[in-house]
Amino acid sequence: MYDILIIGAGVSGCAAARELSRLQASVCVVEAREDVCSGTSKANSGLAHAGFDAREGSLMARLNVEGSRIMESLSEELDFPYRRNGALVLCLSEEDRPGLETLLARGRANGVEGLEILSREQVLAREPHVNPGVTAALWAPSAAIICPFELNLALAENAAENGVVFRFNTRVTGFSPMEGYWQIQTDQGPLEAKCVVNAAGVYAAQLHNLVSQTKLHITPRRGDYYLLDKTAGSYVNSTIFQLPTKYGKGVLVTPTVHGNLLVGPTAIDIDDPEGTNTTREGLEEISRKVESTVTGIPFRETITSFAGLRAHEDGHEFIIQEVEDAPGFFDCAGIESPGLTAAPAIGRMVAGLIRDKLALEEKAHFQPRRKGITDPWALSPQERQALIAREPDYGQIICRCENVTAGQILEAIRRPLGARSLDGIKRRVRPGMGRCQGGFCSPKVMELLARELGIGLEQVNKCGPGSELVTGVTKEADYEGV
Amino acid sequence: MKGYDLIIIGGGPAGLSAAVAAWDAGVREILILERDQELGGILNQCIHNGFGLHTFQEELTGPEYAARFIDKVRERNIACLLDTMVLEVSPDRVVTAVNREQGVFQLRAGAVILAMGCRERPRGALNIPGHRPAGIYTAGTAQRLVNMDGWMPGKEVVILGSGDIGLIMARRMTLEGAHVRLVAELMSYSGGLKRNIVQCLEDYGIPLRLSHTVVDIHGKQRLTGVTIAQVDENNRPIPGTEEYHPCDTLLLSCGLLPENELSRAAGVTLSPATSGPVVDEALETNLEGIFACGNVLHVHDLVDYVTQESFEAGRRAAAYLQNRLPSRGRSVPVKAGEGVRYTVPSVVHPDRMDDSLTLRFRVSGVRQGAFLSVWLDGERILHQRKPVLAPAEMEQVRIRRSELEKRPDLSAITVCIEEV
Amino acid sequence: MEQRALICIGCPMGCPITVTLDNGEILRVEGNSCKRGDTYARKEVTHPTRIVTSTVRLSNASAPVVSVKTAGDIPKEMIFPVMEALKAIRLSGPVRVGDIAAENICGTGVDVLVTKNVT
Repeated sequence: MYDILIIGAGVSGCAAARELSRLQASVCVVEAREDVCSGTSKANSGLAHAGFDAREGSLMARLNVEGSRIMESLSEELDFPYRRNGALVLCLSEEDRPGLETLLARGRANGVEGLEILSREQVLAREPHVNPGVTAALWAPSAAIICPFELNLALAENAAENGVVFRFNTRVTGFSPMEGYWQIQTDQGPLEAKCVVNAAGVYAAQLHNLVSQTKLHITPRRGDYYLLDKTAGSYVNSTIFQLPTKYGKGVLVTPTVHGNLLVGPTAIDIDDPEGTNTTREGLEEISRKVESTVTGIPFRETITSFAGLRAHEDGHEFIIQEVEDAPGFFDCAGIESPGLTAAPAIGRMVAGLIRDKLALEEKAHFQPRRKGITDPWALSPQERQALIAREPDYGQIICRCENVTAGQILEAIRRPLGARSLDGIKRRVRPGMGRCQGGFCSPKVMELLARELGIGLEQVNKCGPGSELVTGVTKEADYEGV
Repeated sequence: MKGYDLIIIGGGPAGLSAAVAAWDAGVREILILERDQELGGILNQCIHNGFGLHTFQEELTGPEYAARFIDKVRERNIACLLDTMVLEVSPDRVVTAVNREQGVFQLRAGAVILAMGCRERPRGALNIPGHRPAGIYTAGTAQRLVNMDGWMPGKEVVILGSGDIGLIMARRMTLEGAHVRLVAELMSYSGGLKRNIVQCLEDYGIPLRLSHTVVDIHGKQRLTGVTIAQVDENNRPIPGTEEYHPCDTLLLSCGLLPENELSRAAGVTLSPATSGPVVDEALETNLEGIFACGNVLHVHDLVDYVTQESFEAGRRAAAYLQNRLPSRGRSVPVKAGEGVRYTVPSVVHPDRMDDSLTLRFRVSGVRQGAFLSVWLDGERILHQRKPVLAPAEMEQVRIRRSELEKRPDLSAITVCIEEV
Repeated sequence: MEQRALICIGCPMGCPITVTLDNGEILRVEGNSCKRGDTYARKEVTHPTRIVTSTVRLSNASAPVVSVKTAGDIPKEMIFPVMEALKAIRLSGPVRVGDIAAENICGTGVDVLVTKNVT
């Protein structure tokens, strides 16, 4: 029996796990996929939003602004990349100017600091590639870019270091309310916990509806993106939004924290909670719409396109509360944008609710700091030489595009909650994230995975069981084993 | 800082040939830096035959062709560092590299030859919509898995793109027991050599579907199928022509891109047409003492031409090191005229040309019975009928120095394709 | 009279060749630009042959497989029997270019040769 069982190892679930790991309680995170950050949390814009967008007085607004304030110090504590690059919301016609003023007022009411309206000239001086038809823009200096994978991983690793148990490849199928606790059915057998946190992303409504008469409805809202090579990474400096007009919402353009350029997303409501397929229409919509925001984007530098899902709840609000007719069952649902930004605050809020419910005390020896995977390129030349002399794996480049070394890949596999799949390694240390998309390095990364995990290469997978990368050896008939 | 007369970046066919030629021209302090664990580059995985007809007058496989040049490099005791990745080349020719033994280190070079080769265009760059399951490989990655690592990427295969590697892999997968359903090609003509259409597809009854592309990818974990569709003259899918093909593997053979990240960072001017450095008749880039050859310069279809070009780069780099390469003098641009996509070199300095110069180029579309012409300003000095011209096949013409010397006011050399 | 259109695979030029036959007898070969094309065309319409390149398993070496080729042309219909036979071959490292991996493969009279140096 655990004190707390969290469903979903996305950014909300892991943030809650990390906050709960400060307390004297046993915590388990169950995740349907093979790794943390495998659903909604892995494919989004990677932004720490300033907080001017959400409706005044909403939970979304409060947690957004709080998350945005915490994020920088959290990035130091947990060692994940964060860069405060600021955001601009472009106003493209004088008649939309009142909308810009509304946004400014809302941001101020939400507590966003440093907001100001810039003139056309000021905008173009900062961002020469924005639509020259811009008339003014809202400048939000507290907006930042982060790495969604590393934030999620850092929270998970730190939680694990502080005693949280993670169970992967475990899909929750049902709940039975017991006397003062819950029995949770999974495809790996039943589990028990005093409290359940439902942080299941696009599946959160489905799980909620198993225990409550008050039904939730969540729509998977797909967003397609283009990711461009680092050669295009400085095409804009800040994150560029467009003020919604009568013609629609527009798409954003932002540098990523790793130096690429990200353009997107679309917003297409779908039925399939696994529907992360891009479509021709979606991708064309982006390249068409973005022209009104940023002109002349060098799309020929595209290295990949992808789609992510937002868990859009009908009321467009975060639902973080104990379910009224299911005591001990806590929803952490409807976490769509600005969910990534809000995650640290969501974690605090969930932990606070459960601390009060179970009357939990603080732990004496919580370890708040986590050290990220060694990046030899972030070290001083002297430190790097010493590292490579000590561990030559850090001198052996596996991914040529991103200069990822064997040392980093091995560390990604060997850490607590280590990578078990090609995508898991890619999210942690980025081999295959570059312009060749793994053409040269994936066979080598596959070999390292097989060796480290002690499995055959035919068992190495891309993103969990069923996604194996090779089907067998050549010359099969007469060949017995490796 | 340790130094070498000549540092060659890349130990594939281009780098090896350049090293041999430079040594034979008298340069002794040569270092080849290779990022893989062995010399030979991509030839090591090209186990099919068809290499070396020009260079050795016999038909070799890729590894055999590579082995001959590796032997030549060894015979000359030319130094090589394997498993060594070059991180940076500075405009004044300081090369920064990293490996397990030395960590990050710097070397000063009298001259540098860029010979890093090319890479394949990945799925992302093709913007193929759909899911992102396992089972999608570039043809070259699959070739490495099958031919060097001994693994089968899948059993039921669709190939997008009829580049030579795709055609070769269609045969290779078939021979290893996989079923290749079809090769889809966006263009109305193949991107590969005719002989490969015959001996890799026709021999095995594999259909080539011209003017078709993949419009959707199915399967969330492992690939389960692809949808292909016919495209119109603007390469847009035609609604209603979709066909679903179940498969567990999609191989992409949709073009190669010269790998010039180092060159770009060094300040080498790149050509938008080739994605490779802009070079002159000496294969010298805009940066003095930095030369380029092979697939990093422009994508070749025959390794024999890579070798010829790289011999030239090695010889010219040697001349530069021995102060025998005259200063550039007047320069004459070489223009890609009607029907020609690019030429290499794209600028010529007549004062330091050899007696003749090979201009290599590609045409922009399939042409039958057209004329290949070279114009020196308003005067046509070559007019040659070609039964077939195709983008997949590199063409070349030779230009004599004397022709240029006769015209001190020449403003441009133009290579073009003419109907009459 | 019968005409067969071929693309020569003798070299990368890929010459289009027309062979004119009468009752199986070759009357004319046209379109080739060298002797190699003539030879190819005559063979192709009577008894087509191919070089086969593949790999064989390798033990005690730095690589799990090594590339091989048939030392010369084999009849086209023997391609798959030869591929099948290659499955049974296992070499032990080191091997060198030109080493014989199999003699007289499938009774074709053609040897299979190693095409790469592997230590």
